[in-house]
Amino acid sequence: MHAAVVLRLVPDIADDLEISESGNDIDREWVGMKLNEFDDHALEEAVLLKERAGASVTAVALDGDGVDKLLQSAIARGADRVVKITYDELPPLPAAAAVAAILADAIQALGADVVLTGVQTPEDAGGQLAAALGARLGWPHLSAVAGVQPAPDGLIVRQEHSGGYATRVHAAGPVVLGVQSASQPPRYVSGSKLRQAIGVKPEKRAGGEAFAGPVAMVRRLAKPASGGGAAMWKGDADAVADQFVALLRERGLLKG
Amino acid sequence: MATILVYVETRGGAVQPIAFELLAAARSLAAPAGWTVEALVCAADPAAPAVEITAADCVLTMAHPALSPYLPEAHAAALQAVVDERQPDVVLFGYTTAGLDLAPATAGRTGRTLAAYCRTLALDGGALTASAQVYGGKLIAGIEAPLPAVACVMPGAFAEDAGRIAGSPERIVLPAPATLGALKTRVLEELFPEAGGVDLTQASRILCVGRGIGEAAKIAGAAEVAELLGAELAGSRPVIDAGWMPKARQVGKSGTKVRPKLYVAVGVSGAPEHLEGMAKSDLIVAINSDARAPIFGAAHFGAAIDLFDLLPALADRLRAG
Repeated sequence: MHAAVVLRLVPDIADDLEISESGNDIDREWVGMKLNEFDDHALEEAVLLKERAGASVTAVALDGDGVDKLLQSAIARGADRVVKITYDELPPLPAAAAVAAILADAIQALGADVVLTGVQTPEDAGGQLAAALGARLGWPHLSAVAGVQPAPDGLIVRQEHSGGYATRVHAAGPVVLGVQSASQPPRYVSGSKLRQAIGVKPEKRAGGEAFAGPVAMVRRLAKPASGGGAAMWKGDADAVADQFVALLRERGLLKG
Repeated sequence: MATILVYVETRGGAVQPIAFELLAAARSLAAPAGWTVEALVCAADPAAPAVEITAADCVLTMAHPALSPYLPEAHAAALQAVVDERQPDVVLFGYTTAGLDLAPATAGRTGRTLAAYCRTLALDGGALTASAQVYGGKLIAGIEAPLPAVACVMPGAFAEDAGRIAGSPERIVLPAPATLGALKTRVLEELFPEAGGVDLTQASRILCVGRGIGEAAKIAGAAEVAELLGAELAGSRPVIDAGWMPKARQVGKSGTKVRPKLYVAVGVSGAPEHLEGMAKSDLIVAINSDARAPIFGAAHFGAAIDLFDLLPALADRLRAG
């Protein structure tokens, strides 16, 4: 089994996000970038497939600032091979179909028979990659995956739905998985392993032809109103606690 | 005539509430433009859920054993066949697991543009325009999707009442495509929530801890306040995924949807998938150090304050009665 795991750097949404002068992107110069947290789980699940079933794991990412370090950290986590995909240009918050078009040829050329990536990112307004990649490759796909088990004739995938309902699905052939959570929390990687991985130079491959069809475009970004719809309590912790308890008392919600 | 196709999600033979919200969205788009609304029910036995759909001009049904329980490969194949045949101008899905599967798949397989996380929809010339929540709800994106287009709509964006109005839609039975007989995936088992243990849907008060709590050891302070409030302790997805609380205590799209009398969110940013699970609570109080956190958009009361300052102060007062 050869598992390709697609990793993406995304803005850290804990940071303040400023809108760029163009109005249709965030100002990426000062925002911290981090591994998409669902991709983190996808990488963990891929490494678990390696440990449980002897799968080889190739981590793949679109080329860009910080990608070498990202891929080196994947090596430290257990990936066997790392590949960065070069491409000409993508618009801000690109359509999933456009990203899938760049990645699909490279994934096929790698000979992968299962692709794992995060179920979503904070900025995939043009749709989620896993299903778009499945459509592009002509492979089945499953989103909201919460665990993958090797089986003699394929994989058994747990797909989660709302309300605690889930299904176990058998996939007999190549499949794309949008991972929501790995079978176990992503593992800690020691500093020494990270230092060892710094010497690894990711392979470089050219991405596929740019997507030819029409795509949705983000025309503008805006911030929602501060405080939203909530009546905001002011003051220090003691003042807020007093207002909180007063509200509970007024509504008859104090315990006992 | 131009049409809007609504994908009707079912489970266990019943229509899921999101379908009525999508019908409401479709009607609000279609009415001013003079378009028609079609609803598609794909299931092993779609007759019973199809009867629940009255707010469309036409209800399409497709029956095949592979369509129940829900299997992404089967439903993607069914949708491709229907969309290729009927050529709708807009196709609507809900932001659910099925929507995450099927919106990009349908767009990719039928050459349509796609707008995700939509909270508003409009037709503007030859395009569908939408406002969408991105970056965990911290920013709103204005999206322009040339027609024909697919949109994935956030739960709660449209009131479902307008999707439940009475009507006498035309009813058409569609043939299942041959591809449903040659699938590479199959459902082995359905897993239902375990009986017993905590049932957040029955809790009248919930205190939910989010990513802002930082580490498992710090949950104890929130648990103490929950106890003093008489509330069940819950977690948002990052807290559950980190293994800090059991899955049964997760609130949100992939957890439990709750509607308690009191919902206190501490350190919860308010990502769309979390809001989906709790936004209909009677009274929502949010505590977050970021005044722009999206949770304040759903809360009735809130404070932009460090939760580690507030929780001890709150515990002191609740203990004192």
